[in-house]
Amino acid sequence: MPEYAIEVKDLTKRFGDFTAVNAVSFEVERGRIFGFLGANGAGKSTTIRMLCGLLDPTSGTASVGGFDIRRQPEGVKRAIGYMSQRFSLYEDLTVAENIRFFAGAYGLTRKALEGRLPWVLRMAGLEGRERSLTRTLSVGWKQRLALGCAVLHEPRIVFLDEPTGGVDPASRRRFWELINELSEGGVTVFVTTHYMDEAEYCNDIRLIHAGRIVAGGSPGELKTTVIRNPILEVSSDRVVDAMEVLQKEPWVLETSIFGTSLHVSVGDEAEGRRLVRERLAREGIAVHRLDRIMPSLEDVFIHKIEERGGAGGAGEGRP
Amino acid sequence: MSLLSLGCLRPVIKKEFRQIRRDARSLMFMAFLPAFMLLLFGYALNFDVKHIPLAVVDEDGSRASRNLVDRFRTTEYFDLKAVLPRTAAIDPVMAREDIRAALVIPPAFSDDLLAGRSPSIQLIVDGSNAMSGTTAAGYAGAILLSYSQRVTLDALERRGLTGFVVPLDTDVRVWYNPELRSARFLIPGLMAFILMVIVTVSTAFSVVREKERGTMDQIRLSSIRPLELILGKVVPYVAISLGSAHLVLLLGEVLFGVGIRGSYPLLLAAMILFLTCALGQGVLISAVTRTQQVAFLIAVLTTMLPTFILSGFVFPIRNMPAVVQAVTYLVPARYFLAALRAIILKGVGLGAIWRQFLFLAGFAALALGGSAALLRRGETERTPRRRGRR
Repeated sequence: MPEYAIEVKDLTKRFGDFTAVNAVSFEVERGRIFGFLGANGAGKSTTIRMLCGLLDPTSGTASVGGFDIRRQPEGVKRAIGYMSQRFSLYEDLTVAENIRFFAGAYGLTRKALEGRLPWVLRMAGLEGRERSLTRTLSVGWKQRLALGCAVLHEPRIVFLDEPTGGVDPASRRRFWELINELSEGGVTVFVTTHYMDEAEYCNDIRLIHAGRIVAGGSPGELKTTVIRNPILEVSSDRVVDAMEVLQKEPWVLETSIFGTSLHVSVGDEAEGRRLVRERLAREGIAVHRLDRIMPSLEDVFIHKIEERGGAGGAGEGRP
Repeated sequence: MSLLSLGCLRPVIKKEFRQIRRDARSLMFMAFLPAFMLLLFGYALNFDVKHIPLAVVDEDGSRASRNLVDRFRTTEYFDLKAVLPRTAAIDPVMAREDIRAALVIPPAFSDDLLAGRSPSIQLIVDGSNAMSGTTAAGYAGAILLSYSQRVTLDALERRGLTGFVVPLDTDVRVWYNPELRSARFLIPGLMAFILMVIVTVSTAFSVVREKERGTMDQIRLSSIRPLELILGKVVPYVAISLGSAHLVLLLGEVLFGVGIRGSYPLLLAAMILFLTCALGQGVLISAVTRTQQVAFLIAVLTTMLPTFILSGFVFPIRNMPAVVQAVTYLVPARYFLAALRAIILKGVGLGAIWRQFLFLAGFAALALGGSAALLRRGETERTPRRRGRR
């Protein structure tokens, strides 16, 4: 058994003169939930497609489940399950017909299928709806059915490419419960997302920006080690005005807006609090609250991108 | 890795049948459109000229002139529609297309005939449709010639020269299609045309749909091999289009009287080979296209025109310029059509058409093999920059 479920070394993919994935390296421990975070177009899908064997890498190496993705694509295929945000189901087949087809496609025996069919139905919450056309299901149900179909053959590693795109928050939460169940059963889960809150569910995270990994670690590590400067959360009715004013100050390192509050990164907490209040008071902007906060993963992400000289602009990293 | 292990063929076939069954429109398209098009084309694409509406201007009004008019009246090629008082009256009637030909018998016709002078008969034909105009003139010419011959013989007999015979007695026999009916000639062509277009379009759709919906990725990651996928898709469509081809054959027999002279198994073999070609071409198109619209366009362009124009369906291949003739070798319908006409009309055996079979088999193998290879290679470098850089 290999030590890591997935090992990636200098993996690169170029389309013409555009480098979608640039010398990416990482390892995924067995049985963990590994989150690949980044904005749309950062290279998440391209990486996952290379690891699954759907796309040839331009250079670099990777092994999945102990199989080399270039030399042993058949082995990789048998070891993994894959689900994309398009929930690749046949809309014109019923729930049960979809499950039966994919069972056949993965070479499951009839006996194995009889065991897995009720399992998938229960997991997706589709018991009693076996005969419904997939087309008529809501997005949350399709998503869970697609996951069920992707793990019919009980793969050891599951790749989920933006599985929660376009799904309501309640369904997203239910879906993450399923991912946790898989993980508890010993399955390695490789999941990409651009929802920062989902990253909190992961054991290990890589932030990818413009084809490069810019930070990595557990959510806790990322929040405590990447950003050492204090972050102040400013609540105000005029956050946009407040940001415009503070951005120009030399003692302000970074600013970003989160709903009705503004995150301001400063060099020193006490000094920062005093300066923010003073400066905003001079502009007549009322400050309702001013607290030091633990940086969110989004703060970490923005910090990392700006640190790199804002390749493509700071705004690009935002979801 | 063996190409012959087809363990995953069954689930694919079952799935395809289910999808076709659910898609009532496509099913109707495949099953009944060929028969409907046969009716449409069979009646519209008729090169036979019969019942040509005719007007007569009989300025003579003698027994001899009535005799001549009767000769036109009694054939099925002409229908006497009008008797007009004078030549000038023809023009408006023909302009309205009430008549397509007019026969003008001059005043002194009977007298000239009896006196041994050659009276001249005028035949006016509507040439706006060159094809039927020529045919009408031909038929009329033949009727007049035989009448003239009869008159000559009668005159000779009256002068006591009995036992006189016409020097050259031609006996023209038309083989395979004795009545020269165009339906006999066209129906095999129609079958080729209809099957080619419909089958190619349907199959092109079925693979591209998997790409558009993203199910192709799922299939590529399953145990299904490219060849299994393609065969699994081809088998249901072959079955359905074979059924539809039989419907066309049946209608051809019942409505147009085109029976099968040759061996049925041979005909079936030709149809299966040809359908496989069409399916192969469809899969090949779907392997190189990404959207259903593009697939549809290419499928229609590469089947409709070549099959109609370059297969010998309507225009004989040997009359084409050499370059165009060379192109026809790439059109599978050409071989199918030759085989079909040979089997249905002439009743020949495999000995006469094995070359056609060989070409069809080669084309089918090439198309299916090529598309399996293309699917195996997958998307390679062509992944779109879906969300690219900004």
